[in-house]
Amino acid sequence: MTYDSRTELYQQVIIEHNKKPRNCRKLDGATHTAEGYNPLCGDHLVVYLLIDKNNAISDISFEGDGCAISRASSSMMTAALKGKTVTEAKGLFQQFHKLITGELNPEKDKHTLGKLAVFSGIWHFPARVKCASLAWHTMNGAIEHKKSVSTE
Amino acid sequence: MTKTIFNVKKLRADFPNLGVRIHGKPLVYLDNAATTFKPQAVIDAVTEHYASGTSNVHRGVHTLSQQATNAFERSRDKIRDFIRAEKSCEIIFTRGATEAINLVADSYGGAFLNKGDEIIISEMEHHSNIVPWQILCASKECVLKVAPFNDQGELIYEEFEKLLSPRTKLVAMVYVSNSLGTVNPVKDVIDAAHKKGAVILIDGAQTVSHLAVDVKALDCDFFAFSGHKVFGPSGIGVLYGKEKLLNRMPPYQCGGDMIASVTFEKTAYTVLPYKFEAGTPNVAGVIGLGAAMDYVRSVGLDNIAEYEHELLAYGTKALSSIDGLRLIGTAEHKASILSFVLPNIHPHDLGTLVDEEGIAIRTGHHCTQPVMKHFGVPATSRASLTFYNTKEEIDKLVKAILKAKEIFK
Repeated sequence: MTYDSRTELYQQVIIEHNKKPRNCRKLDGATHTAEGYNPLCGDHLVVYLLIDKNNAISDISFEGDGCAISRASSSMMTAALKGKTVTEAKGLFQQFHKLITGELNPEKDKHTLGKLAVFSGIWHFPARVKCASLAWHTMNGAIEHKKSVSTE
Repeated sequence: MTKTIFNVKKLRADFPNLGVRIHGKPLVYLDNAATTFKPQAVIDAVTEHYASGTSNVHRGVHTLSQQATNAFERSRDKIRDFIRAEKSCEIIFTRGATEAINLVADSYGGAFLNKGDEIIISEMEHHSNIVPWQILCASKECVLKVAPFNDQGELIYEEFEKLLSPRTKLVAMVYVSNSLGTVNPVKDVIDAAHKKGAVILIDGAQTVSHLAVDVKALDCDFFAFSGHKVFGPSGIGVLYGKEKLLNRMPPYQCGGDMIASVTFEKTAYTVLPYKFEAGTPNVAGVIGLGAAMDYVRSVGLDNIAEYEHELLAYGTKALSSIDGLRLIGTAEHKASILSFVLPNIHPHDLGTLVDEEGIAIRTGHHCTQPVMKHFGVPATSRASLTFYNTKEEIDKLVKAILKAKEIFK
């Protein structure tokens, strides 16, 4: 792997979301909540969703400790999912999962990931894939009424 | 003792793994508390066993079996000498320090601890010296007490003493902390435990590669360590136990090699150390560990300790010079382990960024979550040094940290 992989991973947008994460707060009146935990590194977060009667995510937020990858991923996930339906959210989760495991190439394959495509470099760093996916697994767990989600 | 000349460059040539390149850069390996590299002598000993000496031990009458058995038992003698035990039968081979601790918790704890008895550990234990005692306490209704450490990461000895009572039946304590580097005053702890009639286990996993250990002088009842942290193979470890205690203890696992006779009505167990070594052991691992003992002796633990002390002082100063860096673990008596945190850079991000420079450090909770909790951090970065590391490698780490700080500015 070349030196460029580092810049590929820590792109400016990830650094920026880490520094100023969006929707990083507790969501009062959340209809769905789950706790995510990576016992390997100690990353810990809570994802809150407000899902309306049309099955749309009218609000979403997160709180927790984690590395830059996990914070940026949480922040960008909340930004991407606000206003989406639950079905769309699950579809994005699937695409995101394929992206970070190297199964989806955002430059060649069709996708609706938008800005989330910045995480494409992460499959070069197997130890960090879980950092990027923790928020998504937790969001999915919340929708499926799981109280807690662990990466192990 | 006459001092040998400590030639790091020459010693580094003994470790082929130091020659690899990571991302096109020379490897800087600063994760020796996780595992150490193996000198060629150890690799050769293991290879030779598999290439021309393969046989089971304690079984056959044929030549190879006899040779393997001899090599296996010679290794046991080398380990006895290395930790200055009285007898070879007090050296029990295990998979590692973890299994050694589990053996004591299961066998000694299972047989001799009762409801209401107390076990004392310290706040800086590795999970492997916490969880076995928790499980024992749950099954035997014993009480686990935890001796705290101060903000430098030093055991608060007076608090430990206060926990001792006539009900204290066992004390289990780490000699050198894997996440803080603290060297505990184990001799005092051992003597204090004995005064109350308690037995004491010392977790020596991080000790044997840094300090000369004399289990007889220490007078500890049990001492556990892992081969792979002292330049030996992985999957092999040692439990030292005093003969009279080991004799009183029931077997840990059961099977071949640990019996005197078996009928369907009754089985009689064999003598030490085989009573605790059921099944075919890790023969190559034992032989490799014996070679590691020879190697460390040839370098000399006094030389190692002196050089590492110099490296530690240099590393402490160099890391402290980085703006905002906070060292976690600043005990007066320390081994060459440097744990630290940086504002705004999570250890995992730092670990990935310095890896890009070819530098291997450990990031995470180091299997010491209570230590992380004490310092209010989720994780730390840890550079753990050994005698084949150099000041130049520390300089490279400092440079890589400064580069990471630029990215996270």
